[in-house]
Amino acid sequence: MAAADARAAAIDAFARRHRFRALEAVPWLLALAAYGVFPGYLPLGAQILATILFVLSADLVLGYAGIVTLGHAAFFGTGAYTAGLLAANGWGEPLSGLVAAALIAGLVGFLSGLIILRTTGLALLMQTLVVATTLYEAANKAGRWTGGDDGLSGMVVWPIFGVFRFDMFGRAAYTYSLAVLFLGWLLARQIVHSPFGRSLTGARENTARMHAIGAPVAQRRLIIYTISAGLAGVSGALIAQTTSFVGLTSLSLERSGNALIMLIIGGVGRLYGAFIGVPLFMIAQDRFSKADPVYWYFWLGLLMVAVVIFARGGVLGIFERLWKWPGK
Amino acid sequence: MAGEMTAPALETRGLSKSFGALSVASNIDFRLEQGARHALIGPNGAGKTSFVNLVTGALRASGGTIYLNGADITALGQAARVKRGLVRTFQINALFRRLCVLENVTLAVAERNGVGGDLLRPSGRYRAIIDEAYGLLETLGLADQALLPVNALAYGRQRLVEIAVALGLQPKVLLLDEPAAGIPSGESSVIISMIKRLSSDIALLIIEHDMDLVFRLARQITVLVQGRILVEGPPEAIAADPRVRDVYLGERERR
Repeated sequence: MAAADARAAAIDAFARRHRFRALEAVPWLLALAAYGVFPGYLPLGAQILATILFVLSADLVLGYAGIVTLGHAAFFGTGAYTAGLLAANGWGEPLSGLVAAALIAGLVGFLSGLIILRTTGLALLMQTLVVATTLYEAANKAGRWTGGDDGLSGMVVWPIFGVFRFDMFGRAAYTYSLAVLFLGWLLARQIVHSPFGRSLTGARENTARMHAIGAPVAQRRLIIYTISAGLAGVSGALIAQTTSFVGLTSLSLERSGNALIMLIIGGVGRLYGAFIGVPLFMIAQDRFSKADPVYWYFWLGLLMVAVVIFARGGVLGIFERLWKWPGK
Repeated sequence: MAGEMTAPALETRGLSKSFGALSVASNIDFRLEQGARHALIGPNGAGKTSFVNLVTGALRASGGTIYLNGADITALGQAARVKRGLVRTFQINALFRRLCVLENVTLAVAERNGVGGDLLRPSGRYRAIIDEAYGLLETLGLADQALLPVNALAYGRQRLVEIAVALGLQPKVLLLDEPAAGIPSGESSVIISMIKRLSSDIALLIIEHDMDLVFRLARQITVLVQGRILVEGPPEAIAADPRVRDVYLGERERR
């Protein structure tokens, strides 16, 4: 009888890991509260929200699938230019712009993944870098369409649903970014808890064993790489639409690298690392650059060193050690 | 169907593999009968683990043919061979270390049932699969540690999980690569008695170093030396064979 109870309890605990917990509402409540409390910072807030989606997409490949990448900006930039070029050439409808960005960025992810995911480790890292650099130079050369160094301007983004205009205070931009991030997070969460997501985690933990239990590991890596690229594309499109501008930096190594830094600060492979790392990083960036316009990057670097030395697993890692964080 | 019953569970003909000038398997003709309890022994570097890698498809053979229940599987990939019931364990634990014990086995059961690629439903909804995985843990006496991460278990317990993951795939042919490696000999009896209890529907090939374990489990022994089969036979014959003694004593002297 005791064994049967233990059995039911263990299986229940295991089978319920995907259920929503009260704690998971916290980021959303904070985001809603910030709208009312910091009305002057909504444009920055919108950028933070869109960047969270970008870092979340990086977490899917890096944290869950164990695919190390230094070129995730390739997909962010592809999405940004897709939405930007549409809006600059007479199609400013934002939602279809997001869908187009997801599809094109996903396609770029699929095609590049087909080639580069055959490698692992350092070779893979270099190849992700190559893909992003190639796209960066292509966008630079194609100045006739992209504006090259000057960036793509002249975007006209239509109101959302034909009703909500993008205002100068960033109210629409903030709400829009929050809604899209929420949907992207739901999708990522669903994937992470699915058998597919668990098998990716398995492949991260032990690739040889995943092969030995008959899983098509390469195929699954390609699928998650494509999905992640699509989400990164949506993030890029969000920032393009809400700022009416796309620059070459959207494809830069700095953006790829910053995504990793933000993810590491927040905590890798925990789904919520992006929600902590991105605001911390971007608010610190905003503050430091005002307080110390010359050396602000130094302070950011110092923060990073502190995290790596004292807080392995990022901020979420600290919480996990303080009390057992559920849903790992 | 009749052919399938009489064909050996696993057979290799002329199986060869070389890396440049180094030959790790040369012309190996090997038969594993249905329901066999067969051991593959040999000194260090004899090519035992390479043989396992060739048979499971982790390594591509340079020459020869591999049959599983009479069907040629030489051209099949690793995953396709697993789907046909050819399963292995690893000499050094190859587990999903930070995942819990139950999840380690659940992943295997999910793959066997073909739901490992589902990305729309939460894995927790597949109750029957979790149930089955937990059942396996109960049979192996691991149930009380089901929710602990594997790397929190003692090494000997991890060796049991290693086999549990393989059993989650319902193997027809199971290749156990040194199942008791790395645990004190006093504790290996748990592993041995567990292997003894395995269903006779499973053809077992035990790759082993530990002679004591081999003589307690195997009814047939193949001795591999430098990528070739030296001799084959029942345990008594192998124990008495002077060539086998030479190989093992020779090795001991060199130490």
